[in-house]
Amino acid sequence: MIAEIGAFAAALALALSLAQGVFGLAASRRDSRAEATAAIAQAAAALCVLAFICLIIVFVRSDFSVAPVAANSHIDKPLIYKIAGAWGNHEGSMLLWCLVSAVFGGVLASTRGSQSFGLWSRAVGVQGLVTAGALIYTLFLSNPFARLDPAPMQGSGLNPLLQDPALAAHPPLLYLGYVGLSVPFSLALAALLEGKADQAWAKALRPWTLLAWTCLTLGIGLGSYWAYYELGWGGWWFWDPVENASFMPWLVACALVHSAIVTERRGSLASWTILLAILGFGLALLGTFLVRSGVLTSVHSFAVDPQRGIAVLVLLAIAMGAGFGLYAWRAPKLAQPSGFAAISRESMLVWNNFGLAVAAGVVLIGTLYPLLVEALGGGLISVGPPFFNMTVAPLLAALFIVLPFGPMLTWRVGDMRQALLRLAPAAALAVLTLIIALVITHWRAAPAIGLAIGVWLIAGGLIYLWTRIRRGEGAAFAKIAVLPLAVWSMSIAHIGAGVLTLGAVAETAFRSEQAVALSPGEGVTFAGRRITMIEIGEVEGPNYSATRANFRVDSASGAGIVAAERRFYPTSPMPTTEVGILSSLDGDIYIALGEAVRDGAGAWSVRLYHNPLVHLIFIGVSMMGVGGLLSFIALTRRRRSAA
Amino acid sequence: MSLIALLVAIVAPAALSDPAQEARAQSLEREIRCVQCENEPIAQSTAEIAADMRALVRERVAAGDNDTEIRAFFRQRYGDFVLFRPPWDARTWALWGAPFLLLAGGLAGVLAVRRRRDGEVEDAVAEEGER
Repeated sequence: MIAEIGAFAAALALALSLAQGVFGLAASRRDSRAEATAAIAQAAAALCVLAFICLIIVFVRSDFSVAPVAANSHIDKPLIYKIAGAWGNHEGSMLLWCLVSAVFGGVLASTRGSQSFGLWSRAVGVQGLVTAGALIYTLFLSNPFARLDPAPMQGSGLNPLLQDPALAAHPPLLYLGYVGLSVPFSLALAALLEGKADQAWAKALRPWTLLAWTCLTLGIGLGSYWAYYELGWGGWWFWDPVENASFMPWLVACALVHSAIVTERRGSLASWTILLAILGFGLALLGTFLVRSGVLTSVHSFAVDPQRGIAVLVLLAIAMGAGFGLYAWRAPKLAQPSGFAAISRESMLVWNNFGLAVAAGVVLIGTLYPLLVEALGGGLISVGPPFFNMTVAPLLAALFIVLPFGPMLTWRVGDMRQALLRLAPAAALAVLTLIIALVITHWRAAPAIGLAIGVWLIAGGLIYLWTRIRRGEGAAFAKIAVLPLAVWSMSIAHIGAGVLTLGAVAETAFRSEQAVALSPGEGVTFAGRRITMIEIGEVEGPNYSATRANFRVDSASGAGIVAAERRFYPTSPMPTTEVGILSSLDGDIYIALGEAVRDGAGAWSVRLYHNPLVHLIFIGVSMMGVGGLLSFIALTRRRRSAA
Repeated sequence: MSLIALLVAIVAPAALSDPAQEARAQSLEREIRCVQCENEPIAQSTAEIAADMRALVRERVAAGDNDTEIRAFFRQRYGDFVLFRPPWDARTWALWGAPFLLLAGGLAGVLAVRRRRDGEVEDAVAEEGER
């Protein structure tokens, strides 16, 4: 019964979303149609919420007569993973897509801000059509409420790799990011239809872009963290096609966050901002397509279904056809922007957009290239980390060298001499880092440059904060207290990029690993530490059994105990690794337990990793996320006080 | 010889005694693709074939082959697919050229916009100065 309520609510939401599209696009003035559009959008959102609640209920009650529950859940699963199971599968995740799109549509319909009625109602209309497209796909091609007859007695369980708190939160965050980009897309199409992209429009665009970017940042960060501690080989980013699928929209969203600032503050770059908004959503849809179609061989091959892939491709073609078609037709008619000098905040933001857009293009080509070669009969090739590290890393390095100048320059015409003077201490620190790193690493240029850039970003961000604090009046604390949230958010995000750079460079360049065979009582010297296996034995978990080994790590600064496991789930043929991680200030000792060595002497194969400064990667990403969140709060607060 | 290396690798996946060789072996293991798994380097994979391939990398490194020779060895044996570093031939010129084309295109775009605006901004600055 509950599944039928859910299916009915989703179907009703589809009808309402279509109505929202028609009314929204037709309403241009403040009339009853505009009011109806808002009410319809809110009702559609409420119905999607109801449908999703129904899905969660059938998962919690383990109603195995519902197909996705039978395929992905299990009686013995802990409650939290039964709930997370609702979106941890293809059908449920598509309903989540619809839910987010509809709720964003409802919120968009409730917050007009200072936009004109035409712009606002058309954006709500386009958003309605986006929701409708997602609902059509969900209801007709991947119905989460499909019944099974006869119902199985037991479910086939979730992939044990996915039974993890980080991974319970990873898909919803990514979807908030992906679908969050649909709102800038709707606003962009509305602007093209109206032939107007003014500052009020950019003001409405910015919080949505920031929300999407922040969610993508945190979602990608969580996924990377999960890969680090769950996959058991010490890596955190592999330029996997599925990782790239989320990285491309992130890059474009990051460019959009910055170009929208220019459009709002100066009225410039409106046409470019619109193009980015269209591209961002296109790449988000492409990401959904790449993940869901299984067109790319990838470790993330959890949901493989070519028919659904084609359907996503059709939706992608419709959205991008409409987007680019409108863009080609209407963008030339948009008002010409006001000017700015070569040395100004605007021009720095243009360079930011240049770097991020080129990086997104390179990742796109690298990700799709093997498909292209194969389709043209060129056989199978792989484009992996060596290609991306050689191309994207230098681009981002150049971008990061320019970055600290941006905040230091004023709008329209900036003073480069003054900016250089202020940033001189940061430059000195960076050069010092470069020299020290070169000497220590015996002239390995790439990691030394990387570390110097990280220091440059952090020091540059701190100097900017300091100049802003000094500008205030009164006592030191008063000066800090009156600093606008926007200054904090930008500084935290930029410093976070520096922290991330330090961690990524140190981990990539200076990690060490060693495979050893250890029996209880035996030890080995690794990365300046003594690592001893204390004991190994069997333990029982709630729905798995495991082999657990305890290790003792002795270093100059003290000793620590850490456990590593190999888990066997009855529902899955492959064992999973639960690595043991011992964190300290200089990085992680990371221990993955392998199999018993074959000759039977009681020794186990163990892989040891030392990942220097790896925690800085996740701290840096979190700082970027916090920066985005603070900026979002600052924007919505400003909007409320203006209303 | 290869069989012995294989057995040694499974019984005791010992590191190469020379740290420089060991580091090279590890970095090669991160850019050679496991032929059985989906999109995993042999460094990461738990499959048996990956263990065999790791042993093979170590054997070649110990035998004194350089990185290019080892890549060529694997490429000959398993095809281009096995290398995460795309080959440089007629099929991949567009791939390796793409970053440069994008850079050039982007630069041209930025400069075109800049040239158009320089004129405007001089007018604007002049206007502001008069005010």
